[in-house]
Amino acid sequence: MSEKHIIEITHLDKYFGDFHVLKNINLSVAAGERIVICGPSGSGKSTLIRCINHLEQHDGGEIIVEGIPLNDSVKNIDFIRSEVGMVFQQFNLFPHMTVLENCILAPVWVKGVPRAEAEMLALQYLERVRIPDQADKYPGQLSGGQQQRVAIARSLCMQPRIMLFDEPTSALDPEMIKEVLEVMVDLAEQGMTMLCVTHEMGFARRVADRVIFMDEGEIIEENTPAAFFDNPQNDRTKLFLSQIIGD
Amino acid sequence: MNTVFSLWSSQKGRNLIVQLLMVAGFLGLVWWLVDNTVANLARQNVATGFGFLENNTGFDINQKLIAYDESSSYQRLLLVGLLNTAIVSVLGIFFATLIGFMVGLARLSDNWLVSKLAFLYVEIFRNLPLLIQILFWYVLLIEILPHPRNSFALGDMFFLNNRGLYLPWFTSLSGGNIVLWAIALFGVGWFFVSRQAQKRRELTGQKSSYTRHYFILGVIALAGYLSLWGVPFEPNLPALKGFNFRGGLSFTPEFVALLVALSLYTASFIAEIVRAGVLCVAKGQFEAAKALGLPTNVAMNKVIIPQAMRVIIPPLTSQYLNLTKNSSLAAAIAYPELVSVFAGTALNQTGQAVEIIFITMSIYLFLSLLTSFLMNIYNARVALVEK
Repeated sequence: MSEKHIIEITHLDKYFGDFHVLKNINLSVAAGERIVICGPSGSGKSTLIRCINHLEQHDGGEIIVEGIPLNDSVKNIDFIRSEVGMVFQQFNLFPHMTVLENCILAPVWVKGVPRAEAEMLALQYLERVRIPDQADKYPGQLSGGQQQRVAIARSLCMQPRIMLFDEPTSALDPEMIKEVLEVMVDLAEQGMTMLCVTHEMGFARRVADRVIFMDEGEIIEENTPAAFFDNPQNDRTKLFLSQIIGD
Repeated sequence: MNTVFSLWSSQKGRNLIVQLLMVAGFLGLVWWLVDNTVANLARQNVATGFGFLENNTGFDINQKLIAYDESSSYQRLLLVGLLNTAIVSVLGIFFATLIGFMVGLARLSDNWLVSKLAFLYVEIFRNLPLLIQILFWYVLLIEILPHPRNSFALGDMFFLNNRGLYLPWFTSLSGGNIVLWAIALFGVGWFFVSRQAQKRRELTGQKSSYTRHYFILGVIALAGYLSLWGVPFEPNLPALKGFNFRGGLSFTPEFVALLVALSLYTASFIAEIVRAGVLCVAKGQFEAAKALGLPTNVAMNKVIIPQAMRVIIPPLTSQYLNLTKNSSLAAAIAYPELVSVFAGTALNQTGQAVEIIFITMSIYLFLSLLTSFLMNIYNARVALVEK
């Protein structure tokens, strides 16, 4: 187990009832690596990244994040969650709090950062996701794209070393996808370790170090973006790519 | 005639005519009822009007928050009954809310035992008639607790026996009431100062020191008064005199039984309302809170409950109203609340049924509307801001 691997997943198994949703997944992620995970719906790609911050509990195998094994230990789970940020398809902003309150909640209550300091930090990150002057608005007053960028800023306020993205642009109108992807590209260029479940192939080509294709709970193929898109090996990958890219 | 036809042919005009007819019909019905009642009462030689409120009642009451005795008027009796209704309702609402939230959240717990116990609580207390529960607690207090001579005691200050619950209290000396009013006024002021402080904080982003200064000011004023004029209170401890305890703050078994029954019964409904409210919050909110690393209690208090409140408040208001109105069942154990002393004893003595029932209904209506009004203000405050 080398030091440079920030996430180490071995022989991961996960069931939903009788349904075997993840089958013997092995995946190592180096610090600073950007990985895009794609695959048809129901292939287990979301479940895989949700296992990494224990939103789903795995049934077999091992997940080690920054050398800490993800197991029953509440302490370990808390540590890993504070190191791993997550962005959801439905944004999941807290609708009863202003943008700024959304951003400072976790730093104040999890890390014990003084409020004033947390607010400064939050404003910095809001600037980085290009929403500097909406801090006092409520999520319901923002567009979908703005909400998703706030969600990214909220995660960043915990200063995580790893960011998980679960189809961050799937719920957005087409004209708002770009503004969210730009923020994600920025983040990638600053060296954040990222695992993105997305079908934005342009994004994958531009920033991913590796593209992983999953189907029926298994990793079917993984490669560099160029090789993956231009020269897919597996038939299922070919079929999938032809479907999402069109004829 | 032509204008009526042209009015009838337009939608607005038609609405107007229908509404006018409805109002006229309603007023006619009211007039008929009043006229009939007055005529019937006059035929039976029953005096009408509210003059009886000035008369002496000639009987005493065992729980009164204000001065009252045999020579007091029915007006005074009404106020005593109203205050007794109010105190049991306010305290009942407080405890029912507290217990209801705890049980409701316990039912959602991952812990099997905790959630099943909460389930059991809800099913027992909401499925037994409230009147039975009131009688149950009352009989329990009267039959099981010892006589005053063998009271359960805690450090010669707290006593519990079948005559009631006795707590240490204080008596105001001269100036004492002024100090109490000043403290109450200070509390009201606190509300406005903290609101001002919050406004300032939203404006400048800086924590304001208004509330701290206000608090220090209050403490200095109190300390100043006490050091100049001395403490205007003296302790008032309950003590056994003859067959019963005197002094201190006492609660009758009727009051305790009613409060316990109302609180536990209403809490079982509130628990279900709280559970429904929490389940209404989108699953993604729990997940986002967890993903941020928030501990469960913080996630609950800061993220889930505030959102659940939007769903909880309207039915919660109904429960508060129910509790207030249900307190009238206390007539069964002779707790001297509004219905029992005013719509009961006073009605029997004076025979002014129409007036007394009218006053009693008006008071309940007023209490209920007041509760709704306050809850609506709170509801508006927790409403979500949308685009």
